[in-house]
Amino acid sequence: MEHSVVFAGFGGQGLLFAGQVLARAAIKDGLEAFWIPSYGPEMRGGTASCTVIVGDGPIGSPVVDRFDAAVTMNLPSLRKFAPRVAPGGLLAMNTSLLGKETGGRHDVDELHLLCTELAARGGDDKLVTIVALGALVGRLGWVTPGAVRAALREMAGRKRPEIVEADLGAFDAGLEAGAVPAAT
Amino acid sequence: MRTDRESDLEARPTAAELDTARRSRVLMKGNQAIAEAAVQAGCDAYFGYPITPQAELLEWMAKRMPELGRVFVQAESELGAINMALGAAATGARVMVSSSSPGISLMAEAMSYMAGSGTPMVLVNIMRAGPGLGGIGPSQSDYFQATKGHGHGDYRVPVLAPDSIGEAMELTATSFELAERYRTPVMLVADGILGQAMEPVELRFRMPERHAFDWALTGAAGRPARIIKSIDLDPEVLENRNLALQHKYREIARHEVRWEGWQLEDAEFAIVAYGTAARVARSAIAKAREKGIKVGLFRPITLWPFPERQLMRLSQRLHGILTVELSSGQMVEDVRLAVEGRCPVAFHGRMGGMVPTPDEVLGALKALRGRTERARGESHAVAPPRAEPVHAHATYEHSETTPWVHERARREGRR
Repeated sequence: MEHSVVFAGFGGQGLLFAGQVLARAAIKDGLEAFWIPSYGPEMRGGTASCTVIVGDGPIGSPVVDRFDAAVTMNLPSLRKFAPRVAPGGLLAMNTSLLGKETGGRHDVDELHLLCTELAARGGDDKLVTIVALGALVGRLGWVTPGAVRAALREMAGRKRPEIVEADLGAFDAGLEAGAVPAAT
Repeated sequence: MRTDRESDLEARPTAAELDTARRSRVLMKGNQAIAEAAVQAGCDAYFGYPITPQAELLEWMAKRMPELGRVFVQAESELGAINMALGAAATGARVMVSSSSPGISLMAEAMSYMAGSGTPMVLVNIMRAGPGLGGIGPSQSDYFQATKGHGHGDYRVPVLAPDSIGEAMELTATSFELAERYRTPVMLVADGILGQAMEPVELRFRMPERHAFDWALTGAAGRPARIIKSIDLDPEVLENRNLALQHKYREIARHEVRWEGWQLEDAEFAIVAYGTAARVARSAIAKAREKGIKVGLFRPITLWPFPERQLMRLSQRLHGILTVELSSGQMVEDVRLAVEGRCPVAFHGRMGGMVPTPDEVLGALKALRGRTERARGESHAVAPPRAEPVHAHATYEHSETTPWVHERARREGRR
């Protein structure tokens, strides 16, 4: 089984990093992973995105017709990727920036996340995409939270050890926000 | 006494060991993985000039080579880089150069000189879309350049094409081996996706054995001088040199063909694709098999020597072949040469940095199946034979997004 997600937003929101954390977590869970950035002019400002595919067997195509999930952190990426989510898939939206915007889809799970506020609760309001990653993991469970925490410690710990706790806090806040609500 | 088989079984890692190894793989970028594989393969000298989407390869070498006391030069241009490589290779050093498509074009002249003078070197092309400066998106439109071209003269170079980052690492070591075994430049080609993507890899490297070269320019003290050159103004002598080169290419074609088959055992159709296109094909094949289409993958790993005999034999039992490329259709010409009309050969490709998706490939596969079924049905019926062979219709099956091609195919079909 393969699952695909696109992380999209402004350069600087930590999209490529969040994607790599997910890919590393997948390895720790004994899965296969593939990470590919949009390496075009987006790298030089504007919108940025990366696609991550995780699966229990060798990953086939690096391009997908429909994403199982999209994490949209700004308006251009919501407009671009909302139509590309597979029916029944997850559309996670950074409501802190997107406000009342919607993806205009009735056949997907639209998840509104106050990423900035949740990240602040974790200790650093800049870690917005780590919140979204937490929500993705809480909602879909492709990888285990423990593997993500281990990956975060490794990756953030190497460059900026002072920020690891805030990363873990942001992830946990997102994990809780994304958890599937109990059926009523 | 133990049999070999028993000791093999004991040496085999346990499931738990395999699982630990699997979980401790590292996430590595294609460009960096190729660079580190070259370092670990004993690359003595690297020459390059930055270009997207290959830049991280050069960056990695800039850091690693000086650490190890080896040579790294960011040259003033691609011409500078490749000619420095020629000089270094002439001394018997293990040499690598990397670039992306427009940069490779600039290096074409030196490739011919190296082939002519028998200097081993590994040239990596992380292909981007052309022609001209083109764009930086992934592409396979340098197939012709790699397998038939670059410089002037009667020469070939082995061309290796990985479809994963792990395989790219292994083939990097293989490239050095082939270069030294046959005294030839070798190309390793991958598209921008494989250069830019990250995948889990085991940090397992291979260092090809070093041999003393009886041709290398190492200083002539105490022995007769050696000369490395490609010029010979006496036509008879030059023809003999060319004959020796052609003999070498026949040896390479005989011994160095590499390819992979997947799900071909019961296949009625095959997709022929390499590199990233082969991965897209795998996903398309999985979808097609769910719909009951018996299709497998034939993946050339050496683009030259092309696995033509292997494909020819396979084609005898197929209803049709679909070639998928990130180009207008370049390898498909070699596919048709190998198949020689034994079955219809269709094509699907995207250009300019666009990549075919699994659904697109599935669509092209269904179209091919429809045509071959109709053709087989008609050949059994009393209806008069068709004016043209079946593959004339399948020949120009391009993407739905290039309607002018369909239009042309329809016009040609009508004629």
